[in-house]
Amino acid sequence: MAEKSVEEGKEKFEPVIVGFFCRWCTSEAADLAGTIRLQYPPNIRPIRVMCSGFIDPIYVLKAFLEGADGVLIGGCHLGECHYINGNYKAQTRVKVIKEVMKSLGLEEERLRLEWISTSEGLKFAEVANEFTEQIRRMGPNPLKKLKRE
Amino acid sequence: MRVGVFVCHCGRNIAGTLNIEKIKEEVAKHSGVVHVEDYIFMCSDPGQKLIRDRIKEKNLDAVVVSACSPSLHEKTFRNNAASVGLNPYKVEIANIREWASWPHEGKPEEATEKAIKIIKATVEKVKSNIPLEPLSVPVTRKVLVIGGGIAGIQASLDIANAGLEVYLVEKKPSIGGKMAQFSETFPTLDCPQCIETPKMTEVANHPNIHLYAYSEVVDVSGFVGNFKVKVKRKATYVDWNKCTGCSECAKVCPVKVSSEYDVGVSQRKAIYIMFPQAVPNKATIDPEHCLRLVYGKGCGLCAKTCPAGAINFEQKEKIEEIDVGAIIVATGFDVMDPSLLTEYGGGKYKDVISALQFERILAPSGPTGGKVVRPSDGKEPKTVVFVQCAGSRDPEHYMPYCSKVCCMYTAKQALLYKHAVPNGHAYVFYIDVRTDGKGYEEFYERVLREAEATYLRGKVAEIYKEDGKLKVLGVDTLTGKGVEINADLVVLATAAVPSEGIKELAKVLRIQTDEYGWLKEAHLKLRPLETATSGIFIAGAAQFIRDITDTVSHASGAAAKALSLLSRNRIEREPLVAEVNEEICSGCGNCVEACTYQAIKIDPETNIAKINTALCEGCGACQASCPSAAIQLTNSYKKQLFEMISILAKE
Repeated sequence: MAEKSVEEGKEKFEPVIVGFFCRWCTSEAADLAGTIRLQYPPNIRPIRVMCSGFIDPIYVLKAFLEGADGVLIGGCHLGECHYINGNYKAQTRVKVIKEVMKSLGLEEERLRLEWISTSEGLKFAEVANEFTEQIRRMGPNPLKKLKRE
Repeated sequence: MRVGVFVCHCGRNIAGTLNIEKIKEEVAKHSGVVHVEDYIFMCSDPGQKLIRDRIKEKNLDAVVVSACSPSLHEKTFRNNAASVGLNPYKVEIANIREWASWPHEGKPEEATEKAIKIIKATVEKVKSNIPLEPLSVPVTRKVLVIGGGIAGIQASLDIANAGLEVYLVEKKPSIGGKMAQFSETFPTLDCPQCIETPKMTEVANHPNIHLYAYSEVVDVSGFVGNFKVKVKRKATYVDWNKCTGCSECAKVCPVKVSSEYDVGVSQRKAIYIMFPQAVPNKATIDPEHCLRLVYGKGCGLCAKTCPAGAINFEQKEKIEEIDVGAIIVATGFDVMDPSLLTEYGGGKYKDVISALQFERILAPSGPTGGKVVRPSDGKEPKTVVFVQCAGSRDPEHYMPYCSKVCCMYTAKQALLYKHAVPNGHAYVFYIDVRTDGKGYEEFYERVLREAEATYLRGKVAEIYKEDGKLKVLGVDTLTGKGVEINADLVVLATAAVPSEGIKELAKVLRIQTDEYGWLKEAHLKLRPLETATSGIFIAGAAQFIRDITDTVSHASGAAAKALSLLSRNRIEREPLVAEVNEEICSGCGNCVEACTYQAIKIDPETNIAKINTALCEGCGACQASCPSAAIQLTNSYKKQLFEMISILAKE
């Protein structure tokens, strides 16, 4: 991981992160974070989905191929899925996606799966802060450079 | 496609941060968008009319409302569009308030950029939404009420009186809940025996109520209108059909156990009836303490004595399945264990007790017959110190919230104490005295006059024992002086906390709890009786601690919600279910495996996946498992997700 990604005189790198948020938990947590005016960086661009188990690996790969620097999936805590076990399915798929990412030359840390319940507005903001900072440190999606070259 | 985008200012909530003109300008350029308009409050009557008018004038065939969270007004805007003939599923919400203006107040430019992306992505989604009609499904017109305190009792009676069947499940051997433990209730000083017991009896005798005492809900499946519930009926080791409630068994039982009903102030036997007015008035054997059940042989005195021959040591627990259309959760609250409050000597000193214990001591029907004596030596306490906010309003150590009922019951206890011990004196330590209810302030004034209690504004720092006396050290913040009181008895108004086991029950019901464990409502202000799971309602203190007056109102509200849901024989369901493209499906069966609800089968004749829409919950797990995109979730099509991702992932 690059120690210092912001070089002198260069514009600070602002990562683009695509978020897939379960409508039953993480979407609500994001609503709550907003309602109580917690401030976090605007880099995460959210899509509200029915369940983390709905997320086809291809959506994550599509996001990276389109230029996203990071992808955040938010689901319900294990045992709390509205659809009983969709989050377990998400967990399994994320493992597979990470393998595919590695074969493409993408660092697996660019994809993160988090369990954030309805009441965890604070956790949502913390994850948003922390993940944005992490991706900022990692620098741009290497596939983008490939594209330009 | 002719999409109209309506941008709400939400007063200054959105327009105070986001650049509305910039949003309009950018969104207007997006393909398919034929009209963009902003308004100060899109959800208001003129705002909604504006949208209806433009749908007609501009011949719009899809609408994006850029405003607050869809959990607030999606329904509002969809119904609005439907009233002028636009299919409600051709309306989508772009959440630019909770997700853009509010969390990025200091970064207006970036927040505006983010909002534009969210709106454009939503436009792409709505363009490919197909118009849908709600699915109509039959409903089971019966209600499950979980918890038999005053909330569950009130909700059950309201529903049963309206003519619907109710299953009332209570985990203890008797209904009645916390209210049945109180001495007298503020501000009227009614005794619960006078006002709750008749309701308990009504429940037991009501032809529409099936009372399942000493039972627990262990599994819930299905959905609104059609829940399947498994209830565990725990073994009581007494045949309740034969038991007459004579209590002869308890008289001969040799085992004494601390009484849960009296919060440890008295003892009960291993075979017991919770309290004299218990409903059902039947005996239960506590298997953890009964000698016969623990050792598998011996004793059996109760069986020898029982005139009805009701004792049955071989009884087994049973699982019963019931079908209901709606569920009301009325599981109430608990109070914080005083032994957690070590600085007050809770759990260490016998004469430092919780307010709930003091209720039992004050109660005319209690173990002391209403005679006020202290636990250590049975003497009448001449000086009693009440400590309010014990564990409440203390974010650094315990609960940050106000437990709401303590100010009033402490005042009541001070008054009842004065009535019982006229030459005694009560001190009350308080932070603020909150009397926010009808007749409450007047009651508090009466207590100040009649009880002659000394109210001290300040917190107690420490309680310790010196020369056999309890020393209470505190500060009177009004005079700024330290206070030291020698107390005979200390009563802690311990914080109200969520009831034990609520988190496990919430998991079974697939509903949410908040950070403390109180049940999470669908919307704190506007939908306080509903959970996010359609068909499951909350009654009473399970949502948050409330007094009896508010609990009864809340419970009647939850009952009304359940009744309105079940007022028809069929209800409409979201038509967002999976669909199969038969030309592409190869019959591989991945989706069958991915589906938790057994809603998909491979047709043996055609070798194509078939969906039972009545069972499909619309989670989309099948879509993620299909290698050829043959099975997709209606209006969450791959094409839509791809278009949205393309917009959002680009710089």
